[in-house]
Amino acid sequence: MDDTLFVTFLVGLIAATLRVATPLVYGSIGEVITERAGILNLGIEGIMFLGAFAGFAVAAKSFEAGIGGYLWLGLLGAIVSGVLMALLMGLLTVTLGLNQHVSGLGITLLAIGLSLFGFRLVFGESSVLPSVDPFSQLFVFGETPILGPIFKQYLLTYVAFLVLVPLAWWLLYRTSFGLELRSVGENPEAADAAGVNVFRTRYLALVIGGALMAVGGAFLSIAQLGAFSPGIIAGRGWVCIALVIFARWDPIRATAGAVLFGAVFALQLRLQTLGFDLPFEVFLALPYLVTILALAITGRNANYPGAYLKPYRRE
Amino acid sequence: MSRKIVILLASIALLAIIAACAPLPAAPAPAPAEPAAVDDDGPVSVFGAYATAIEEPWDGVIHAALNAAQEAGQIEYSYTDDIGYAGDMERILREVAEENESDVIFGDAFGNEEAVRRVAADYPEIAFVFGSGGGPANPNFSVFDNWIHEPAYLSGMLAGGISDSGVIGVVGGLPVPEVNRIVNAFIAGAESVNPNVDVKTTFINSWFDPAAAKEAALAQIDAGADVLFAERFGVIGAAADNGFCAFGNMSDQKELAPDYVVSGPVWHMEPTVQYIVSQVAGGTYTAQDLKDFSMVAKGGASLAPINTDVKCNLTDELVQMVQDKEQEIVSGLFRVDITESQPPASSGRQ
Repeated sequence: MDDTLFVTFLVGLIAATLRVATPLVYGSIGEVITERAGILNLGIEGIMFLGAFAGFAVAAKSFEAGIGGYLWLGLLGAIVSGVLMALLMGLLTVTLGLNQHVSGLGITLLAIGLSLFGFRLVFGESSVLPSVDPFSQLFVFGETPILGPIFKQYLLTYVAFLVLVPLAWWLLYRTSFGLELRSVGENPEAADAAGVNVFRTRYLALVIGGALMAVGGAFLSIAQLGAFSPGIIAGRGWVCIALVIFARWDPIRATAGAVLFGAVFALQLRLQTLGFDLPFEVFLALPYLVTILALAITGRNANYPGAYLKPYRRE
Repeated sequence: MSRKIVILLASIALLAIIAACAPLPAAPAPAPAEPAAVDDDGPVSVFGAYATAIEEPWDGVIHAALNAAQEAGQIEYSYTDDIGYAGDMERILREVAEENESDVIFGDAFGNEEAVRRVAADYPEIAFVFGSGGGPANPNFSVFDNWIHEPAYLSGMLAGGISDSGVIGVVGGLPVPEVNRIVNAFIAGAESVNPNVDVKTTFINSWFDPAAAKEAALAQIDAGADVLFAERFGVIGAAADNGFCAFGNMSDQKELAPDYVVSGPVWHMEPTVQYIVSQVAGGTYTAQDLKDFSMVAKGGASLAPINTDVKCNLTDELVQMVQDKEQEIVSGLFRVDITESQPPASSGRQ
């Protein structure tokens, strides 16, 4: 491989890493915030799926109605759908105190079923999947070599890395709400005694998390693809669950994990094009192997939030 | 105590909602009004049993052909889709066989091969016509598959002629025989036009992960590809975003990117459906391999109309050459080789 080809390879790899990592950043930060309040939301896979569907459906229908900001309406639709699912999760696990694993998996099944059902209701049956013009990529450095193609990303990618990550860190560690959120996740009895409304705080964490997960899903449908299809999330929600544990419930580390996964994913696709005499499954397994390896190394010291998985009841 | 009741009620409500979202027959099942007389004069009653959602193009093609036959008044048609591979196929088929009085059941067997064949053997009076990698089984189990390697070869010729870089990208789902023979024929077609072409094939190990398919296509573009073959959904967008031409698969996908989609292999199930319906209506149905009905000669496969308005280097000579070759296939003068081994990751390196 000569120098120019190698530069193209590297530049393409970095750009792809950021694209692949974006939905994982939204999803895993949403999950970090939720789990820090003591709730494991296994509804993430379904909420991302529903976000992808709601975002696309609202965008496509708004476009048909001739509304200019149809993509923004789509994004709003995704957020609303994520919030609704988070509220349902709250009803089951916070208000009713049901098992979080079962509730979360139920939400995932429900949200995926609702999306596929809704897709057929809204768009009927067609041999070619419906599509809309998605968000376009922003050329921050124009056509300059190297920086140009790297910083040719979607607005939602910039927002994820430049706004969401620092904001999530600031929210969790530098605001009184963040302190309350962490305290209801560590020791809800003490938090309650100190005057924190445990139920409201947990609902809020769920709602913020659900909205972020849905945006992560909508990134795929209304930015990256401009279409919705069955299988669009393809397990990215479960990857986020692993990343959160890898990150030991820290938004910065979760982002690092998302970037690592994205980098290996983008790398294996590029390695496949080089034509090595290896089964392609080896390449496809790489991102997951690296994630498992990272978990095995860092997850050993995992300090679960004190009240993880425990419903809170006032005595 | 009251909390337990609330929990119970909420759980029931949630279960009810989930159950309501489970796959159900989308069209009302035909009323079993005339039990025995159905075969004599009324239209043939057909049930579709699909493992995937009908949005998935493979089952979508079968569904479209059966829908067309229903609209033409030839059959009564209802279906269940998204049955999956977890054991529901056998249950649904048995229910349909017992209750629907169907004359024919269409579907895709692949991941449910043994279950489908088990049910078929128990109901010899019903014609089972399934997409399958196996052979037919007496007395009633017929098989079909998408044999669209011929138009895939023609698409490869077009791609090989269009490419300036001599590098072509193919993004496939899983390397199963039906995908392999399409991709291998595509490569052979490209090499027939440009012997030095390098066709890079990436598998994403999934039938439906368009974001991964798009990333795979972008990686191929980084590696020099300037024409893409979208065996999977998601690839055409990557080509169009970068101003490159692409080929669809299974159906005519021109509308996804009218400036960039050149053509692509298309599968038609109409000849198969027509043949089966006439055989069943005439009482002459037998188990057989319906392969020929999914190939070009009988109208079961075709090259999507070549889009000459694309923004890439598509010359009249190339179009003429491909149309001549298509005519040779139709008239039986040229046979496209069927190769079902996994295509190389990079054909130019072999």
